[in-house]
Formats: sequence, C-alpha cells, structure tokens
Amino acid sequence: MSNSVSRRDFLKVTSSAGAGLMMGVYLPGKPRFKSAASDSFEPNVWIKISPDNKVTITLAKSEMGQGVKTALPMIVADELDADWQNVEVVQADAHPDKYGGMMTVGSRSVRGGAWMRLRETGATAREMLVSAAAKQWGVDPASCRTDNSSVYHDASNRSLTYGKLTTYASGLKVPKKPQLKDPSQFRYIGKSIPQIDTPDKVSGKTVFGLDVRLQGMLYATVIHPPVFGAAVKSIDDREAKNIAGVKKVFQVSLGVAVVAKSTWAAFKGARALQIKWDNGDFSMDSKDISKSFRDLARKKGVVARNDGNAEKAMKKVDSRLEAVYEVPYLAHATMEPMNCTAHVKQGRCELWVPTQNPQGSQRTAAQLTGFSNDQVTVHVTQLGCGFGRRSRTDFIQDAVETAMKVDAPVQVVWTREEDMQHDYYRPATYNLFEAGLDKAGEPVAWNHRVVAPPIGRRGGPNSLDRSSVDGASNLPYDISNIFVDYCRSDIPVPVGHWRSVGPSQNTFITESFIDEVAFAAGKDPFEYRRKLLKNQPRLRNVLELAAEKSGWGGKLPKGLARGIAIVEDKGSICAQVAEISIEKSQVKIHRVTCALDCGQVIHPGIVESQTVGSVVYGLSAALYGEIIINKGRVAQSNFDDYPLLGIHEMPEVDVHLVDSQEEPGGAGEPAVPPAAPAVTNAIFALTGQRIQSLPVSLNGMRTM
Amino acid sequence: MPRYTLNINGRDRKVSVDEDTPLLWVLRDELGLTGTKFGCGRGLCGSCTVHLNGESTRSCMSTVDYAEGNDITTIEGLSPDVTHFIQEAWIAEEVPQCGYCQSGQVMAAAALLERNPNPSDQDIDMGMKMNLCRCGTYQRIKKAIHRAADEMK
Repeated sequence: MSNSVSRRDFLKVTSSAGAGLMMGVYLPGKPRFKSAASDSFEPNVWIKISPDNKVTITLAKSEMGQGVKTALPMIVADELDADWQNVEVVQADAHPDKYGGMMTVGSRSVRGGAWMRLRETGATAREMLVSAAAKQWGVDPASCRTDNSSVYHDASNRSLTYGKLTTYASGLKVPKKPQLKDPSQFRYIGKSIPQIDTPDKVSGKTVFGLDVRLQGMLYATVIHPPVFGAAVKSIDDREAKNIAGVKKVFQVSLGVAVVAKSTWAAFKGARALQIKWDNGDFSMDSKDISKSFRDLARKKGVVARNDGNAEKAMKKVDSRLEAVYEVPYLAHATMEPMNCTAHVKQGRCELWVPTQNPQGSQRTAAQLTGFSNDQVTVHVTQLGCGFGRRSRTDFIQDAVETAMKVDAPVQVVWTREEDMQHDYYRPATYNLFEAGLDKAGEPVAWNHRVVAPPIGRRGGPNSLDRSSVDGASNLPYDISNIFVDYCRSDIPVPVGHWRSVGPSQNTFITESFIDEVAFAAGKDPFEYRRKLLKNQPRLRNVLELAAEKSGWGGKLPKGLARGIAIVEDKGSICAQVAEISIEKSQVKIHRVTCALDCGQVIHPGIVESQTVGSVVYGLSAALYGEIIINKGRVAQSNFDDYPLLGIHEMPEVDVHLVDSQEEPGGAGEPAVPPAAPAVTNAIFALTGQRIQSLPVSLNGMRTM
Repeated sequence: MPRYTLNINGRDRKVSVDEDTPLLWVLRDELGLTGTKFGCGRGLCGSCTVHLNGESTRSCMSTVDYAEGNDITTIEGLSPDVTHFIQEAWIAEEVPQCGYCQSGQVMAAAALLERNPNPSDQDIDMGMKMNLCRCGTYQRIKKAIHRAADEMK
C-alpha cells in the first residue's frame, strides 16, 4: 500500500443508532495478509465519538514504552479539538485486515503517512461536527469555532458538545479536503502533555503479558535445546514429576514443556528434567564464526552501492587506509522475559500476549491449531520492552502448542536464561574497509565489504540483505567513488531485528572509519565530516548543533576527550558527542550531547526519553554487550554475564531537538547507532587506540 | 504443603506452598499481586523489589519461609491512591517508558528515601544501582528522586 492512496480509500465514516460517530483510518504499513473483500479500506485506527462526549481511539499498534498510546491519540485529538480528559485509548485485538498492518517496528507508528492521515481524520470529524452544529443553528459554519469537544457560535452565545452532534454529523457528507491546522494552532502536538499510561505504571496496575491471570490458569515453561539446531533425544521426567505442583511434561516443537500449578513449580520441574539432546552438526565457537566471516570476505559480494568507480579511483590516490571492523552477536534482553498465555478449547484459541506482531501471532496460532483466523483471538497486552524481539512468534508457538495439550488456559513463561540463550540476536558482522585520500586529504574512494548473516528472511544465497547494509550503503558523505558489497553468511545462529537494526552496527563501523580517515588526513573529525556533508543541509545542521552544544573544540579538563558521530536512520538524523575519561584503564563516560532532527515533534517529552533511552541501549552494547557462542550454544545466561548499563554508570545525556515542521521521522531508534562510535572515537582522541571491535571491554579496558 | 501466614500490605494472607517458593511467586501466582515483576530470578535486576520491614528486598531471592513474620509491602500497598512522594514524583517526571521495571524502581527509591531523605546523586547511584532499566530511564529516575526529596521537606 503506497502513501498515495486517496483519502476516500483510507477514511470511512459510519454510524449506527446510539453509537455515535465512528471513523476509521488506514495507516500505511504492509498488512501481512488481507481478505479479498477489504482491499479498498483497511482502517487501523478507529475513532469513535459517543453521545456521552467521549472520544475513544482504538490503537492497533503495540505500546512498549515508545509512547504510541499517547502520541497517536494526541495527533487526532489535536485536529479534532477534543478535550484530552475525555479521550480514551483502547488496544485493538489482532485482525487480519481490519486495521491494516499492526506490526509495530522500525519507528514507523508516526512517520510515513500515518501522521498526516491521523490529522486528516481528526480534522474531518471536526469539520463534520461543525457542519452539524451550523445546520442545526442555521448559521455559517465559518462563524463557528471548536474547543474542548464542543462547537461554539459566539455571536449567538450557543454551544453544543460533540456528543450531542454525533448522530446528526454521521449522516453528513464527508468533506473532501478538511482544513488542517496551521502548526501555530496546535494545542497538543509539540507539547509534553501527561502520558496516558504513566499512573498505572507506577502503581503496578499496568497489565503486561506476564500479569494476565485467568480462572483456572496453569503455568508452564519451555526448555529449548542449548545448541542451535539440536533436537530432543530422550527425556527423563521422573524427578520433575515428583515436584509438587508439576502436572505434565511433554515435548513441543521447539523444546520440552513443563506444565504446573505455579510458575515456580514449572521452573523447578524444568530444572529437574534430564534431557538428552541430539546436538546435530553445529558446534562452532565465536572465533570460528569470525574466521568463517574472514574467509567469506576474500571474495566479492553482492553490490549494495556503486558510485563512480572506486576500484579505478583507488589506484590514483595519494594515500590509502585499510581497516577491519567486527561486532559481536547481541541479545535484546527485554526486561519482561518472553511469555504468552493461551487457551485452546472448543474450536477457539485465545491468546494474551505482549507482541509487536499481533497478526503474526494470530497466523501462528491458526496454523498450529488448524483453526481459521476468526477462531483465534489475540489480545495485545502492554509489552515489557520490545526492541524487535517481540516481532517474532517462537514463544507464541510454545504457548499454543502447550495449550493444545492442556485442558485450561496456560501461561508459558521463559526463564531469563532461556530468554538470553534463545533470542534472535543482532548479528555478528565482519567488515573490510579501504579508503583512498587525495593530496589534500580528501576521501576520493571508499570500499566497504560487509560480511553478515542475513537479518531479512527472504532472498537466495547470492541476494542482498538490505537490513545488513543499512547504515553502510547509504553512507551520507560526499565521496565520488563509493563501493559497498555484501557477503552472506549462513551461520545458523538465529538473528533478527535489534533496535535500529542495520545502523546499530554499521554506524559504529562507518563512523569509526571516517574518524580514522579524518585523523589520517590530520583534520578535526567534526570539521572533516562537516565538509563532507556540504550537500546535506539537514545532516550538517544536526552535526553542527551537537558540536555547538557539546562545546566541541573548547578546552576540556585534563584526562577528558570528545568523540563525535552521526547517523541518518528511520527518517531522522542524530548526532552525538561523547565526553570520556580513562583512569587506570577504567573507561568513564561523562556526558553525551545529542542533537536530533526528527522533523515535527509530536511529544517532546517522549522524544527526549526515547533518545536518552536509545543512548543507554547503545552504550550497554558498546561497553560490554557480547553474546559468545561456545560449541554451538550461547555462553551468556543472565544479567551477570550480559550486563546492562546501571544508573551509577549513566552519563549526563542532554538532548537538543531541531525545531522543525518537516514530516515526522522515527524517534525510538535513531539515537542508538551514534552512541558507540561517539564513545570509541573519544577513546581514540584520548589514547590513540582505535577500537575496531566491540565491546570496548575486549580492548584492554575496563568498562564496569 | 506447609502453610504460611504473610503480612502483606497490612493484611494477613494465608498461603500453602513449598517452603523454598520465592516470595515473588507467592505474590504473583498465589495472591494475584502482579505489580511485583519477574525479571531475572537471581536477584540481578531488581524488578521484583518489595519492602520487608521497610527495607528493599529482592522477592525472587527471598523464600516464603524467610518472608513470614515480616511486614511485607508491595507496589500495590505503597500508597492507597498513587500518592506516595515517589509515585507523584515519578508521574511528574514521566519516568516510565515500558514500565516493566518501574514497580521495582519505585519500591527501591521509596526505601532509599526512607533511610536517607536527602540523597546526593552519589547516594542515588549507590542505592539504585542494582535496579536495571533496559529502556534507560535512569536520568529521570534521578530527577524524580530529587524531586520527591524536595517535596518531602
């Protein structure tokens, strides 16, 4: 579905007696599958204005802390001039096509066409309500105004609430081109209004997937084969079944399920299981994987970008620079471990699940049970983090298969260890670089070979995995000859989308190498980048803003140094300057200055917290994030060996948003990628040591 | 199975569970108090923080046997109407993102203020370092604790 769908196709108004005014809006996003009857109209936000003046917005996107539950309704409510106190948000159950694509990924809930369509929906409803009031009063609609869910006619001192107008309004013609507000008239957009769901999150009332409680519910956990690709050879469950509360032990497709009366009993039962695994033939260590990448890098890959003629240009350069960069596998480590509650009975399957992918969950359940989509209900709960992990359906498969063998609703909960060892990891990658500089130190040729397992699941052995080169092939710098190619690895460690995806690793890699090039040319790394961004005014502006706010070039206390990095990601631009020190080989990050241009900001408070949070996510990865493969299995298991940044390591992070009325860009991801290279470039500036593989802790430095 | 009487949020609650059952699972699975979260199961993340006699305690590492006889406070019992200084400060500063770790953060912060009503940044670091937040809300946590401390004066 393109963004050029006409308004008629994405907006629908309905009414039924006593129900008020209903409007549906289709937001862009590829539905995973759709029914034939609904190809002209697939709303994924429903707005209902009821006779009691309540505005109910049905949200088909998942809330995982990124603030869609507040931000999307704000946009509608603003154009509608709705009273925010009377706006209610309802989470949509999965539906194959009613709401369009429900997948919540890629910082895509606001950007793309959604922003404008939400505005037009609010404006359309407002215009119809004004027309309804004007007709009833016999006045010119232009002489009416709206405020706080009411229409006013000041000249005659009359007013009617929206609720009183809905029935009349819903019979009116839908305006073709509703008048949108001038941004100066926004009442909510651009303001940090209180978030709808905050009070429940500080009182323990928010219902996450793990908090679902149903009558007669059982609890289960699933043990998966430690070695990737392994299968169950035999199960000895005698000891497990002796544990009080354990009810059943059986095999499911992905492992062995233990069903019990409580989570604790299920965990204890799982620990007591004696499972023999048939380990298959994957037994590599991380260093073998790295070597296999190195071998692949010897041959040319699939071309991802080819500007000018880098090969030819490289022969004529004044000086050349080569480097190898590597990054490790990373786990998502969402705070809420993977879980799903399922109930299969009498031709129906009902799921309660924290998922970024409600339609995929529905499809998975339908396939496993043999039911149609109509027989599968998926309730989306609050997500205790997502970061891409919850776009997968493996844990849903565990729950559905378990529920099919149990005569009760069952909540399948993974232990933290299972969660850590059975992720879809951010891929490890290996990168070969070559840059050629002319006499003046300008880069004239750039070669980058990316070796990585594909994140996307499509494409044959010689195809390009776009996610793997995102952030590398779209290098923003003005260099005449750029060649980027991609070599596909088939290492069977499951990989997936990890907050910001390709740019999360590629920005570390490219922004470190351009820093190397700048230093080789004897130039200031900020000025060097700035010159190479001369044709990219938005990027240059963000870079300059970060430099200015960080005091770039200004004196620092002895022992401190700065590093800079920039990325364009998910329709936004983020530059960061990190200030660091190293004392007795202990790295300390004092401050990170972020400049972000994400176009029109809906809710500055949410954008600020997403940006700071993204920096923390990026820093955890940069400093000590590493999933190590040992003989085909993940060595890490919990937060002691896969540490996350703690409050005591938190630098001061200041966020500077570019004042912009451009189309909104993403806000949940673009600040992840620059964090690592800003820090490692600062380490170089301080010590002369170039960090070419992450995490930093592998480079003879202490980070904890 | 042994029977226990636990004083939770000022009420005596009777449960019948194995003696090694962590308080966390008694709260969540036996008593429906799901505000206290399971994060790691090994006392590493702090999502399960509750108060035992006012002290921050990892409920995933405290057995029911150990917990009996103590005054247990969970997030549900911190205040009757979300009006504890910490909760109000948390709302004012919009601390939560996904919210999963926040029950534990709020409980840890409330206990911290109880023993140190005017904590410095460093006191907050030391008092809160065992409560992880994957969303990275630390900066606002710090601001909210200072705000609550100011409000309490």
